[in-house]
Amino acid sequence: MNSFFKYFSDIFHGVKSLLIGMSVTGRYFFSPGQIVTQQYPENRKNLQMFERFKGEVIMLHDENNLHRCNGCGICENNCPNGSIEVIPARITGEDGKSKRIIDKHIYHLGMCTFCGLCVKNCPSNALGFGQEFEHAVFDRSKLTKVLNKTGSSIIKGVE
Amino acid sequence: MTFNIYDFTSFNRWIDEGLNSIMSPTWALITEMAIIGIVFLLFYAVVGLFLVYAERKVCAFMQNRVGPNRVGPYGIFQTIADFIKLLMKELVYIKDSDKLLFNIAPFIVIIASFMALSAIPFAKGLHAIDFDIGILYVIAVSSLGVVGILLAGWSSNNKYSLIGAMRSGAQIVSYELSVGLSLLTIIVLSGTMQFSQIVEMQSNGWFIFKGHIPAFIAFVVFLISSTAETNRGPFDLAEAESELTAGFHTEYSGIKFAFFFLAEYMNMFLVASIAATVFLGGWMPFHVSGWAGFNTIMDYIPPLVWYFGKTAFIIWLMMLFKWTFPRLRIDQLLTLEWKYLLPINLVNILFMAFLVLMHWHF
Repeated sequence: MNSFFKYFSDIFHGVKSLLIGMSVTGRYFFSPGQIVTQQYPENRKNLQMFERFKGEVIMLHDENNLHRCNGCGICENNCPNGSIEVIPARITGEDGKSKRIIDKHIYHLGMCTFCGLCVKNCPSNALGFGQEFEHAVFDRSKLTKVLNKTGSSIIKGVE
Repeated sequence: MTFNIYDFTSFNRWIDEGLNSIMSPTWALITEMAIIGIVFLLFYAVVGLFLVYAERKVCAFMQNRVGPNRVGPYGIFQTIADFIKLLMKELVYIKDSDKLLFNIAPFIVIIASFMALSAIPFAKGLHAIDFDIGILYVIAVSSLGVVGILLAGWSSNNKYSLIGAMRSGAQIVSYELSVGLSLLTIIVLSGTMQFSQIVEMQSNGWFIFKGHIPAFIAFVVFLISSTAETNRGPFDLAEAESELTAGFHTEYSGIKFAFFFLAEYMNMFLVASIAATVFLGGWMPFHVSGWAGFNTIMDYIPPLVWYFGKTAFIIWLMMLFKWTFPRLRIDQLLTLEWKYLLPINLVNILFMAFLVLMHWHF
């Protein structure tokens, strides 16, 4: 007798759970406002990427065109693909001592896997991720970028 | 000529008389057959392409996506573009395959659904063949399709194809019973197998209302088992992309693959229109006996709109099944049929027979 009741309770539970599932998808079907797909080329003007999005590696510059990179080369050593080249220069500081600074921070976007090791390991937090993602170009040489802007210099006190 | 959207009988007679007046009766018959064949072919292609588009859109909305929206407004030309692409694809020759059976299989599948389509009443007078055993004919012919699927799996010389085809065989052998028995429940109520009479008898109320509880149970059982019979999800074990690559049509390419694809959607249209005809009154408008004013208002809506509306509703239900439920395992599939659907169906037929004897139906 027990198995007899179990047979029917199985049927009712099965039908009930199926109806719950169908009500969920049916509700989605009748509420088109919930569509999450972004219509990319059309919404290009007001497209907002997420904070954590890894578009490309950039060097952070403040409004006075100052960055925090002292050219130590840890990012270059950490890069698994060798997509970073740090070319340092030497200047004589105010106190007369010779000092290492960055001349060119060269970044090969075409070889980068966006692993984030350079950004994570930078001791002075000079690097970051940009949100730009439209990287398609007609010439491979355009993928090689210099990250420190022209005329920029290091912020006092981080070297 | 009198063209009437509510009754196509006079339109058919006008064509028949026109053809007979310009040629001998034999040639007139042959021409009429050719015309009907071409009309059905066009209908087949248009409905198949539209259903593929509808499926992609419905699936997209159920998953909070947009679906095809690049080719034409709202992507309506997407399936036409897909079809042109399939036509241009190479027909790959499979090494050590049974060439004759391999080439014949898609045609068997498509001919089976094509033959079954001819017995469906679309509107008054729009009915190619009106057999007095219409339901039996449709069940018999539509189950021929599985022969094509078995041949496709067997001749492909591929283990995935063979497993898919065997699963499909087991599935159709079991679920054909439930389809037949649930239709039999309604035949007990109607007393006829002729589609035109079944539709005519629902002029004062659809069978799902006239036969109330047992008719509703039969309707639900028919929906489940016909979804299984058309090899659609959640019963798509014969294809089962994640397990068998593509099941019985793994080795097919180009237009032969398109035939299988079209036949699947036409089978869905077919079972939906059978469900609409047998349970929901086919092209018969929604009538409530006694409400004369309401019935005349409903009569103003053309029967074709009623027919396609009901069919579209059932197709939507089947798409809802496919995009909601996960695929069954083969043992769960057979358990569902032999331990649940079949006993329920048999008891349901007895219940319906008792109801008809006691005149408890409306």
